[in-house]
Amino acid sequence: MALGASLNTALSTSRPHRLPSTVVREDEPVLVAAAKAGDAAAFEELVNRYERKIFRLTMNITRNHEDAEDAMQDAFMKAYSHLSGFQEDSRFYTWLVRIAANEALMRLRKRRPNQVSLDEPVEGEDDLMPREIKDWGPSPEQRYAQSELHGISDHAIDQLDPDFRTVFVLRDIEELSTEETAAIVGISVPAVKSRLLRARLKLRQKLDRYMRDRKPN
Amino acid sequence: MNCDRVLLEVSNYIDGDVDVAMKREIELHLLECQHCTMIVVQTKLTVEIFCDSQAVELPQEVRSRLHEALRRKIGNPGT
Repeated sequence: MALGASLNTALSTSRPHRLPSTVVREDEPVLVAAAKAGDAAAFEELVNRYERKIFRLTMNITRNHEDAEDAMQDAFMKAYSHLSGFQEDSRFYTWLVRIAANEALMRLRKRRPNQVSLDEPVEGEDDLMPREIKDWGPSPEQRYAQSELHGISDHAIDQLDPDFRTVFVLRDIEELSTEETAAIVGISVPAVKSRLLRARLKLRQKLDRYMRDRKPN
Repeated sequence: MNCDRVLLEVSNYIDGDVDVAMKREIELHLLECQHCTMIVVQTKLTVEIFCDSQAVELPQEVRSRLHEALRRKIGNPGT
């Protein structure tokens, strides 16, 4: 495919993955209202609905099984305790993600106090520009099995600097807005954008290594 | 517009978070620069691949401990 056509295709196709922060089951407000009124079964149904996503979030931020479990558990506990304060003009899931992300970040900072910065990042402009770019040929999705791609991406995310990884997880995987991400992480909107740019470019670089090392099937 | 500037804007560009003038400048550059075009295409593809492959299983024992803790909490809301 010509490069211009690749660009058009890449930019015109909407992102195909699920949108957890925009898909709302119609009964969610009813469940939230019932849970607020003290219906334990309604709250448990909300937990059933989001426990996998919240665990994915806490795992992706902490990269530590024990911390991820503790963060998830404490997030649901806090959500239950503070349910009366939840304003129903926002989504319950987004509210829950905020609580869980904060729980996960707290544990990450405790475990790696010198690696996770609350300040504006001091990031140079060096090493961003790829020196040599090669066409990847058939798309990675055509070249690799889903399980293999999962392994590749899991390893790459694991190696990512925690500051960059957290922003990438919140923005690209949880699909929170830049402003929401900034509020959760405690950095400015430009800092979120800067970290997201670097996270994406570093992940592209890591994927590029696999694409070069492996010949097409 | 040069390659370094496009690189700094690539993330905002694929998110549609650039103004009309910047978008036009970037696209004029991309028409003539295969290097930057590949960076844009591959960066967008990277985001899609990483998002799609981030499935995390919730182990049954982790789930059981969560629900057990919640039942205790709900049974004793003051704790």
